[in-house]
Amino acid sequence: MATEAPTAGEYIVHHLTHLNSTGHAQKAVVDWSVWNLDTLFFSIFLGVVTLFFLIRAANKATAGVPGRFQAAVEILVEMVADQAKGIVHSAESRKFVAPVALTVFLWIFLMNSMDFLPVDLLPKIWQLMTGDSHAYLRVVPTADLNGTLGMSIGVLLLCLYYNIKIKGMSGWVHELFTAPFGSHPLLYPVNFLMQMIEFLAKTVSHGMRLFGNMYAGELIFMLIALLGGTATVFGFVGHIIAGSIWAVFHILIVALQAFIFMMLTLVYIGQAHESH
Amino acid sequence: MNLNATLIAQLVVFFILAWVTMKFVWPPIVKALDERAKKIADGLAAADKAKADLSLAEKKVVEELRKARESAGDVRTAAEKQAATVLDEARAEAARIIAQAREAAQGEAGAAAQRAKEALRDQVANLAVAGAERILRREINAQVHADLLANLKQELQ
Repeated sequence: MATEAPTAGEYIVHHLTHLNSTGHAQKAVVDWSVWNLDTLFFSIFLGVVTLFFLIRAANKATAGVPGRFQAAVEILVEMVADQAKGIVHSAESRKFVAPVALTVFLWIFLMNSMDFLPVDLLPKIWQLMTGDSHAYLRVVPTADLNGTLGMSIGVLLLCLYYNIKIKGMSGWVHELFTAPFGSHPLLYPVNFLMQMIEFLAKTVSHGMRLFGNMYAGELIFMLIALLGGTATVFGFVGHIIAGSIWAVFHILIVALQAFIFMMLTLVYIGQAHESH
Repeated sequence: MNLNATLIAQLVVFFILAWVTMKFVWPPIVKALDERAKKIADGLAAADKAKADLSLAEKKVVEELRKARESAGDVRTAAEKQAATVLDEARAEAARIIAQAREAAQGEAGAAAQRAKEALRDQVANLAVAGAERILRREINAQVHADLLANLKQELQ
């Protein structure tokens, strides 16, 4: 097997299998004893890179004439601060919410950007490092549902926290049973059900949207790589043309999805501040 | 797409990153931005103020120039007036001195004439005495006397 070229199906499946703590592909759909080591490594690594640059900019920040790097970070901060100001109407909450939005934006942007690396580059290096030609590695943490749902559940927890903090426990529980349809004992269960569906839908769609975009993007890069892998003139030219077009288009998706995730984070937290 | 413990880990990482950003990144940058905004606002205000001050100063300069010109004119007028006065006084003084001198000269001339008259009178007396002596020494001759007297008269004039 090791000497023979994998079939297209094997290639894709291999690329979509995580390097996890069990060493082989996860069998069950949900298994809380398994860790995806590749997702953890790249997300933490990119998180540290994000913070490293942000802290560098923060330490050098002065009221004087900014350098280019500082100006770039300031533009981002200003952009996030403006968005946060327009959506979350509580200066006290913004002290935490705006930094959350900035972190989420840059972190997701970097994680999504891992897609720009050739799909086989890091996995190949990893296989050479471990000496195992079948070693698994996925480099895009946002193409892992665990990564995106982890963040969207983080946002959900923030929403619950601010719901309770702003409206008070009793106020929030009251809202859970009386909104959106009105205060009537017969409507209590319906309201509560609607609220639960709303929270669930928000969180799942929040995480799924990012995951789906990045997963699909990664898959298309693999298909394009397969095209080049045919080692024909058509495959080579097709790989270059399709790969270039998709990579350029993907720049938009990478930035857009990071922005959307950030904006939805602000919107959901902003909703937690408003009474129905 | 399998779910596993990575989700929990990612959740924790999410909060740690957000916390670090809130603690160490956001405040200094926002502070620098606010400070710069204030600095720029102050600078613009200072520029406006300087502009206003400048136009005020220009107005003042024009006003001062006008005043200076006015006072210079005053000074010149006063000086001219004074010069005229001084000239008039000098002229009057000169006229007075001249008049005085003339008076003095006239007085002196009068006195000299008087003295001359007196001396002449003395001489006339002497001449008369000498004439009388001569007459008395010669014979009395009316014709001769008349000539003598006429001579005398001539001399007296």
